[in-house]
Amino acid sequence: MTAFEDLDGLARRVNDGMLVALAPDYSWVPMALVRALIRRKAGDLSLLTVPIGGMSADMLIGAGVVSKLEAAAVTLGEAGLAPRFTDAVESGTLSVRDSTCPAIHTALQASEKGVPFMPLGGLIGSDLVKNRDDWKVVDDPLGRGGGPVVLLPAIKPDVALFHSPRADRNGNVWIGRRRELMTMAHASAMALVTVEEIEDRDFLDDEDTAAGVLPAMYVTAIACASKGAWPQALSGHYERDMEHIRAYAKQARTADGFQAYLDAHVLAGEGA
Amino acid sequence: MSVPTYRPEELLINIFAGLLDGVGHVAVGALSPIPGCAALLMQELARQKGNDDVQVSIIHGDANNPFTDGGRELFDCAGQGRIGAFFLGGAEIDGEANINLLGVGPYPDLDKRFPGSFGSAFVYFVIPKIILFAPEHSKRVLVDKVEFISAPGTSPPEVHRPGGPKALVTGKCQMSFDATAKRFTLVSTHPGVSVEDIRDNTGFDFDVADDVAETPVPDAERLQLLRGVIGPKIAKTYPDFAARIFD
Repeated sequence: MTAFEDLDGLARRVNDGMLVALAPDYSWVPMALVRALIRRKAGDLSLLTVPIGGMSADMLIGAGVVSKLEAAAVTLGEAGLAPRFTDAVESGTLSVRDSTCPAIHTALQASEKGVPFMPLGGLIGSDLVKNRDDWKVVDDPLGRGGGPVVLLPAIKPDVALFHSPRADRNGNVWIGRRRELMTMAHASAMALVTVEEIEDRDFLDDEDTAAGVLPAMYVTAIACASKGAWPQALSGHYERDMEHIRAYAKQARTADGFQAYLDAHVLAGEGA
Repeated sequence: MSVPTYRPEELLINIFAGLLDGVGHVAVGALSPIPGCAALLMQELARQKGNDDVQVSIIHGDANNPFTDGGRELFDCAGQGRIGAFFLGGAEIDGEANINLLGVGPYPDLDKRFPGSFGSAFVYFVIPKIILFAPEHSKRVLVDKVEFISAPGTSPPEVHRPGGPKALVTGKCQMSFDATAKRFTLVSTHPGVSVEDIRDNTGFDFDVADDVAETPVPDAERLQLLRGVIGPKIAKTYPDFAARIFD
């Protein structure tokens, strides 16, 4: 049964040391939950961005919540480089497994299927491969002349985190076309989801909604978080708060500036 | 006949649209308003010639984005050969078309960290026409040897590689790439730029085409199409860019 609880309850389910899969900033990122994790002083998390990290990853890194990161990239997009990530890498305080977008999707698909690894084309000759001792280049094992191919170990996160416009009373969560959220949840041991609202209906009763939902059996717990993706967008519902994001990009260039941001927008609590 | 005034972005869009001519499906990654405009312009030019079958997929927001199967779909679609052209940039690009999106310094102890390799290590192999875009034409970007290979420009014959770099467009010129020779060739220089200027600002050695020309500039009709038809379309994806360039 999917639990319905509050934001702090969700944050308490993310134990120190867990491998956490996080939705990207452009795909229903659970910013309120990210803030709650920082308030809870979560620590030693391994963070997997699916596949790109943004302000959410930058904040978790800056707050010292993350000890290991796997990502295809971390960026604030139009607002520029992710300042706390950049600083952490350049000062050598963050351990990074550099990846590429399709490798993260593929490694999650391996977990979805319950197989230990998946092959992926391309990649050979990239320094990414050279620096990943967990990836292996093999000749086409079926001997059909496919040439060398890279094998990627399955990634099985302990928990997947994302936000959604709505869940139903039975814990089914609307994902629409954001199907990377489906893959994340399938591959992870738990999915913790924040939503704008909980509707008194069952999405699986209606053919028009059934195909766009993550079924409750994959959803461990749900909390309501109004504007839970802010300052990022919730596509179809609200736009990004670019002014806020640009202000963050500027302020977080220094550790002190970042701490002032946390004091003003995170540590004081939601809606403060 | 007087040459109409155009913006540098419009010159680049016009070049890219020419390079995309004949491609059936152009995909454009995030944060790429100029390539996005070029793809939409090529689609419109094809339509004017009676070809309604050009697909443009812009992976930035939901407008102009047809994918419904999550982040993987772009890559699966590319891996199948369903995408004909794509654009890639590079914090560093070298003379063998290796690209670096990750950082400079001895990995992993980087002196300067960039965002990361994104999907480049895959799409560079599987999309037939990759167009490299370097707005800043300098020795900082166009280097002799990249410090980190996010994606290699060429591959040995045993590696399955239907795709790869075909052209490089910068703020100063256009080059073509020959994967067999592993070399770029200067094709045209933008108005006011000399071959010598290109040599002085490029960190790698390259060939110069016998018929090296001045990059064609957009004519009045093309500018009207860009500002009147393409501007409103790209505004759905990049409102700020559209307002700045086309209004």
